[in-house]
Amino acid sequence: MYSEKVMDHFQHPRNVGEIENASGVGTVGNAKCGDIMRMYLDIDDNGIIRDCKFKTFGCGAAVATSSMATELVKGKTIQQALEVTNKAVMEALDGLPPIKVHCSLLAEEAIHAALWDYAEKHHIKIEGLKKPKNDISEGETDDEY
Amino acid sequence: MATTIYLDNAATTKTAPEVVQAMLPYFTENYGNPSAIYEIAGRSKEAMDKARAQIADVIGANPEEIYFTAGGSEADNWALKATFEAYAEKGNHIITSKIEHHAILHTCEYLEGRGAEITYLDVDENGFVDPKAVEAAITDKTVLISVMTANNEIGTIEPIREIGRIAHEHGILFHTDAVQAFGQIPISVDADNIDMLSSSGHKLNGPKGIGFLYIRKGVKIRSFVHGGAQERKRRAGTENVPGIVGYGAAAARAKASMEERTKKETELRDYMIGRIENEIPYTKVNGDRVKRLPNNINVCFRYVEGESMLINLDLLGIAASSGSACTSGSLDPSHVLLAIGLPHEVAHGSLRMTLSEEITKEQADYTIDHLKQIVGNLRSMSPLYEDFVKKNS
Repeated sequence: MYSEKVMDHFQHPRNVGEIENASGVGTVGNAKCGDIMRMYLDIDDNGIIRDCKFKTFGCGAAVATSSMATELVKGKTIQQALEVTNKAVMEALDGLPPIKVHCSLLAEEAIHAALWDYAEKHHIKIEGLKKPKNDISEGETDDEY
Repeated sequence: MATTIYLDNAATTKTAPEVVQAMLPYFTENYGNPSAIYEIAGRSKEAMDKARAQIADVIGANPEEIYFTAGGSEADNWALKATFEAYAEKGNHIITSKIEHHAILHTCEYLEGRGAEITYLDVDENGFVDPKAVEAAITDKTVLISVMTANNEIGTIEPIREIGRIAHEHGILFHTDAVQAFGQIPISVDADNIDMLSSSGHKLNGPKGIGFLYIRKGVKIRSFVHGGAQERKRRAGTENVPGIVGYGAAAARAKASMEERTKKETELRDYMIGRIENEIPYTKVNGDRVKRLPNNINVCFRYVEGESMLINLDLLGIAASSGSACTSGSLDPSHVLLAIGLPHEVAHGSLRMTLSEEITKEQADYTIDHLKQIVGNLRSMSPLYEDFVKKNS
């Protein structure tokens, strides 16, 4: 079902984890539909993404696209990171099954959400960046088993 | 990689070698059309009669009440659509449950578009239909009650005897989808008050592409497939003789091994559930603990998603299934898990493992050992788990 690259990134995800005091953190997706991505960015004073980490709750495609997205933005400028579209992530993974394309949209949104957070924290405006959709609180419950 | 540990026996089963052996002569030697009069056709007819009797014996039916179909879905479609048509003068109301197989639920939706009123009964947290709720839903327009014998996802065995009794007290027909239960647990069409019952051969080590609908003598139900006079003029089409023979052999085999198999599978099932509960935190067993199919394990692991678990298990040679959205082909997780009251994000983390008599304790341990690691790994990269840990630290 999945390409070799997807399976590789699923089995050996790159840049899993958290960044303490990250420059920007973005969480997108919705537990209700089964995919949540959180992306952490460490951006230096020159606007270069020094480091990028992620955590993802989701299917194989969601994990692989998160992993690939972190690879694609690492070392890039903010403007270059904005150009990492879902299409670019998908192409880098040698494609996804049609039903999984929405997972790659999530990766793009996660980058944008983290950059938005960075811009807000630093009171700057990033050209071409729109406020991300963020609706993960829906469906969350506190009951434990 | 280890040899496959097949834990998806609710999806389908391995065709038993003796079943295949029984079928083989009916492809190349005794290939005659059972409707013909010459000798080799007679052999097909005899073999079919024998299979019909073997199947009827499992549920205490008469052989002439067994009507072969192409599978369980056809049997379900037939029971609902044909009853709805045949009893149109009496009424248009059908009672069923929210946890039925899609072969029932989507047929009900189809009938709703043709004037049927359908009541979809809720189930409790273990997946039980309440017989009192069945009775309360009955109107003077009710023509059929259809509740499954046992649920395919969570394994809960429904109180069909009681539901059938209520149906009969009100002069209403009772159909049960026994696709997961036939040959797995004892069923008696008389004691359980069943008028129609659907079953499928490949769920009990028989071949795929063959099923049957039991129709109690006297039940008015129209033909679903029109054509020749096969199956007492109720289901046209040259019979799938090898399939029928294989199904008969599988049914006889399942009946003979039921007691021993049930004991073995129940022990292993409870052992695996016990290990999961003791060794993996934040889990929930779905379905009833006792009134449960002997081979069914269904567990939700919080903060992880089902498909990720399945891929990891598959890489280790373990075949299982999940009710997560990613495996259902839609954005919603399993309707059964939602019906027992699980929140979406919990339902996404479900894992179903369905045993066979061939699974050993070593294979069970191998599976649980690795499952522990897989769930741990997936949680370590789950933002939901991160939030949970932070909130509770």
